[in-house]
This record gives sequence, structure tokens and C-alpha cells, in this order.
Amino acid sequence: MELLYNTERLVEIIGDFLQSCKGYGIPEWVLTLGGGVVVAVIIAGFIAVNTLILVLAERKVSAFIQDRLGPMRVGPWGCLQTVADALKLLQKEDITPKKADRLIFFLSPIIVFAPAVMAYVAISWSPKIRVADINLGLLYIFATGSLGTLGIILAGWSSANKWSLLGGMRSAAQIISYEVALILSVIGVIMLSGSLNLENLISCQKDCWYIVYQPLGFLLFLVSAIAETNRAPFDIVEAEQELVGGFHTEYSAMKFAMFFLGEYASVFIASALCATLFLGGWQPVPGLPAVVPPIIWFLAKCYLIVFIIMWIRWTYPRIRVDQLMGFSWKFLIPLGFLNIGLTGFIMAIRG
Amino acid sequence: MTTHKMTLNMGPQHPSTHGVLRLVLELDGETITACEPHIGYLHRGIEKLAESKTYHQFLPITDRLDYIAAPSNNLAYCLAVEKLAGLEVPKRASYIRMIIAELTRIASHLVWLGTHALDIGAYTVFLYTFRERELILDIFESYCGARLTTTCFRIGGVPYTIDDGLKKQIADFIKIFPKKIEEYEGLLTKNPIWLNRTQNIGIIPKDTAISYGLTGPTLRGSGIDRDIRKVNPYSCYDEVEFVVPKGRGIGDVYDRYLVRLDEMRESVKIITQALERLPDGEILADCPKVIPPKKERVKTEIAALIHHFHIMTEGFELPKGEAFLSIEAPKGELGFYIVSDGGNKPARLRIRTPSFANLSCISEIGKGVMIADMVAIIGSLDIVLGEIDR
Repeated sequence: MELLYNTERLVEIIGDFLQSCKGYGIPEWVLTLGGGVVVAVIIAGFIAVNTLILVLAERKVSAFIQDRLGPMRVGPWGCLQTVADALKLLQKEDITPKKADRLIFFLSPIIVFAPAVMAYVAISWSPKIRVADINLGLLYIFATGSLGTLGIILAGWSSANKWSLLGGMRSAAQIISYEVALILSVIGVIMLSGSLNLENLISCQKDCWYIVYQPLGFLLFLVSAIAETNRAPFDIVEAEQELVGGFHTEYSAMKFAMFFLGEYASVFIASALCATLFLGGWQPVPGLPAVVPPIIWFLAKCYLIVFIIMWIRWTYPRIRVDQLMGFSWKFLIPLGFLNIGLTGFIMAIRG
Repeated sequence: MTTHKMTLNMGPQHPSTHGVLRLVLELDGETITACEPHIGYLHRGIEKLAESKTYHQFLPITDRLDYIAAPSNNLAYCLAVEKLAGLEVPKRASYIRMIIAELTRIASHLVWLGTHALDIGAYTVFLYTFRERELILDIFESYCGARLTTTCFRIGGVPYTIDDGLKKQIADFIKIFPKKIEEYEGLLTKNPIWLNRTQNIGIIPKDTAISYGLTGPTLRGSGIDRDIRKVNPYSCYDEVEFVVPKGRGIGDVYDRYLVRLDEMRESVKIITQALERLPDGEILADCPKVIPPKKERVKTEIAALIHHFHIMTEGFELPKGEAFLSIEAPKGELGFYIVSDGGNKPARLRIRTPSFANLSCISEIGKGVMIADMVAIIGSLDIVLGEIDR
């Protein structure tokens, strides 16, 4: 608890330090660059550590659901298992298939990972911790979120493997369907708050979270976000039992790990966005006194959504590729429009 | 824009081809326009091997046919040899065989359900079914010491009896198992994604099922009532009551799923009845020329010593002739055809395995489906490559 308060303090100190540097004649661009590097390192570090935690959590949650123990050997209660896995992946031989398009094959894990990192910039972690107060923050996150798919398509194409190619093609089809549903699902929230800025969205929920006004929007967002992040039951892009891993069949070592980092980074972004849009962000439950720091509230809400996403993954079978499209176009998108219409109707009545 | 079809190799190394099946698929987008199975990657020449082994020696090799249901293979082989030799098996032995064979059916169906659900993406069911299969393997271990390749029957009877401890172990399992089936069903039977993935997929019409010689749950899923346990009862199956499940009569993947789930329930019924009525008496037939005598008798009686030596070195001779006998194995009709020229080894032994016939229809029903459906169809046929390639 102390530590977290100090974390918030630390952010202030860094900001103050950068401000005070201006007085010593250091050029502005050096400060901007230096600040950018510090932020990038912090975010990359957070993503790496968070991914380790999420992978361990995934394995423990799945073990809990499946009536087994999960990893138990490395460290107490197996808590160092993912660290060991990460070290192993670092040591592995990096194989590039002979017929692969070497440049694109090399670039695609980066194209998957980079946008996921970019999205972290816009998230508002607590009243004090945020990197950039972007006016169109929500739009920015959606824009970066759909960039990652480009990397998956390229990975599928450049692997020179027919299974990977099928995975890439599926990814293209999936993103077209679910991007629409995802954005439609949040329009209700935008209508209520009248803003695309995450700070404003959070402060609008001071008295009542938007999940109360937008239950349908919340469900639509959750389903579309799971599809958007390629998680089961919508993980048709990798579909181990059908496409033998899909787009990452030919990837090994750290390139493979990059895909995983990217996946878990975007799962966390989806959860953070869900918490921001529907669960009041870093604010405590309305009516409760703010005993714990806001960042704890925010992380707790994020991990709750992550847990729900994992729960769904380990319970449902995988949906088929054409059914996935049908589900989006015939079910989610009409419901999204219905939600917008209802929201507008009720807003008009209540003035 | 010109398009062309893509040829795709599915297997022999693929997570959903259940072993080393290789399918050559012709794809139009993700739709399969032609599907050709290639088999033989697990061929060990088991039928030829039989010609160089005595009848007793061949028994352990039958375990390796359908390695998920080894006792069923043992049973079919023993019954075929007994038929040719004209041996009468004691009733207690028949009942023990029935109990073990039905436990095998449950174990096999559990492996099928787990892997089938896994193929469709439901991971958790897999671990649930393997948890219960473990209990059955424990029962096998208590009975004969082996878990997978059991060799748990002998020509003329069974080597071990079911004592009170084992009886209780089986009864305990039978008691908890129906609840576990409901647990699997809770995850799947009414799950909309599961229904979408299995209903009206891979439909096998009645006439197709008959013309390809399908048997077992795959045939009954198409609505045809044929079960060797009812048609041609063996091993006291006519003395227990059970129903042959038939599904909804459409013949899709979902029907075959329902049939196998119901079969597990019926197996529980059969085992319960058999345990109640388990008669007393001998467990091996009285035929010193075929069945090795007990060790104590070998040490004290000269006739027993001679028989023992003869069986261990040369085996036993069967009269000239031929016999075919089939049983209802978990995957369908498993038959052994034995030709004897009067010697101590089969002149020819042919095995009619259910998986081989069941797989044969895949070219026909696999046309026009998607890759994801192909995975579901392979799973629903419940094939084991060990008995396809032999």
C-alpha cells in the first residue's frame, strides 16, 4: 500500500524533475526525448511483468477450473514458472523457414507488439498517473488496437505455411467484423458522457457507473473485445486443433514470445478500457470512502475483467469461422444499433 | 481475378487427426472440396505376426490394436479362439469379462469425449473425462496389474477373479459416475456454441452408413438399431438388461455424441447388474490341453507337468477349420477371423476393426464442409489408428 502511494509520488517527482531541468538551460527536445524514453521503459517493464503475472494467472485459473494444481515446482506455489518459461524462450534457437519472406517474418511480431504498447499511453491509471491526456483517447486506443491485426496477417503470409496463411486470412475477416461491433458498443457511453477523453469519461461516472445505464453496451463490448484480442471462444486465428497454431505456427523463441506479449498486453488493454468505460475507472464504488489508492481500484477492476475473460476461455468450445462472422453481423451489430437507439431515446425523454 | 484451389496436408502430424492419420484436402477458401485419407503410418503387421505366434503368445499383441480399449481386443480374440476350439467358458469368467469390457467401453468413450471436445475447443471437458478415466485405469491395475495394455483375459476364461475389495472399488466408481456424466453434459449438451458446431454437421444418412459398413455408435448415431451385444449375444450379455441408444436419427456429429453419452449410462447399468449377479465358481475352463495347469499341480503331478511343458513350448493345436467371431467393441464391431490348418499357430488371422470401416466414409461426408467441421467429424467417428493400420 505504502509502495503504491509512493509510486504515485514518484510520478510527481519525475514530472517535477523534468520541469526543474528547464531552468538549467537543457534544450527542450532533450527533455522531451528523455521523458519519452523513461516512460517507454516503464511501460515496457510493466507489460513484461504484467504478462508474466497474467500467464501465471491464466495457468492457475485454468487449473482451478479444471480441478488440478497447475505449475507447482518452480518457486513457492509455482510463482516463478512463467519467469523460467520466459528465460527458456530467450535461449531458444530462432528459426526462420527457408521459404519465408525474411523481412516481413522478422517485422510482424514487432507490428503485433508495438501497437499494444502504444495503447498504454492513453490509459488513465489514477488521477495522477497517466502518460498523455489525449483528447480523443478512446479513438486513439481503438486505432492502435486494430493495427496489431496487420502484424498477424503479415505473419500468416510471410511464414510460407498454408496453415499460417489460413490463420492470417481468418484474422483479416475477423477484424473487419468485430471492429464495427466493438465501436458500436461504446457509442452509448460516448453519447452519455459527450466525450472521447478517458479522464472525462471517468469523471462522468462519479455518481453512477455506466454499466448501470449501459448493461447491453457492456456485454457487447466484452464479447467484441474478446474477439478483438483473439481469445477463446473466438481464437480461430490460432485455433490449435484446426490450424495447428495458425499465424504463429512457424515462429519460435523470442519472436513467438513477442506474439504472446502482444496478446496479453492487448487483453489487459481491453480490460482496462472496459473498466474505464463501464466500471468507473480508478474511482471507488459510488458511496464507498476512498480508503485504498485509486490505482488499486483500477487494477482490481482490470484483473476482474481479465478473470472473466479467462473464465470464458476455459469454459466454451471454439466457434466456427463463418459462425463467428454471422454472430457479429447478424447479432452483435444489430444489438449495437439497438443500444444506440435506446440510449438516444431515453436521453431524449429525460432531457 | 483467377483463383485456384489449395491442396493441404492434414496430418500425419496434426493435433486433431488422432494419431497418424493423413488427410489430403483440396480447399476452396476454407471449404473442403475433396478429402482423401492416407493410412498406414502405424502399420506393424499384426495380422502377419499372428502366423508366427502360438495362440497364447498372440494375446498380448491384440492389446496394441485399439490401445485405448485393450480388454475389448483381448475379449474378441479369446472368444474367436474359444469358438474354434469349442471351449466352454465358466459363467463367473464370462461375467468378469462383461464387467471389465463395459468398464473399457466407459474408459474408451471418456477418451473420445475428452479429445472430441478438445478438438472443438472445449479444453476443460478433456481434463474432467481423464480424471474419471484414471479411476477406471486404477480398477484395471487392481485387477491385473496393468493399466493400458492389460492382457487381462485368457483363452478359456480369465486369469484373476474379482474379490470383495475390487468389487467395492468398481461399485464406488459406478456410484459416482452418473453424476460425472451430468457434469460433462452441463458443459456441452445445451451449450449454443457446441450445438452450432455439432448439429447438422457431418451427416451420415442411413443408406450411406450401411453401404460403408459402419458399426458401433457411429452407425447407431444414424438411427440404425444394431448392436452385436443384442444381435448375437456373447459372454452372458443376454442375461443383463440394457437399452441400445439411437440418438435423434439425423446422423450428425451431435447424434453420435448423444449416443456415446447414453452408452456410458447403459454400461453403468450393465456393470451394476453384473456385479449383483456375479456367480461363484471357476474362472478358467477345464481343458488341460489348452489351459496351463496351476503351478502347485505342476510341482506335484506328472500329467500336469507334461501339459504345462507342452503348452509353454509348443502351445496347443486347434482342429482344422475356420471361425469368425465379432463383439461390440467401444468403437464398433470388432471381429477376429481365424483359419487353422491343424497346427499350433493360425494359418491366417484377419481382424475386422471398426475404426477402419468407420473412417472409410470420410471422403464422402467430408465434402463441402469447412476445416473446423472436418476436425469435428474426425472426432465424432472415434478412430484409433492402432486398429486402422494394424
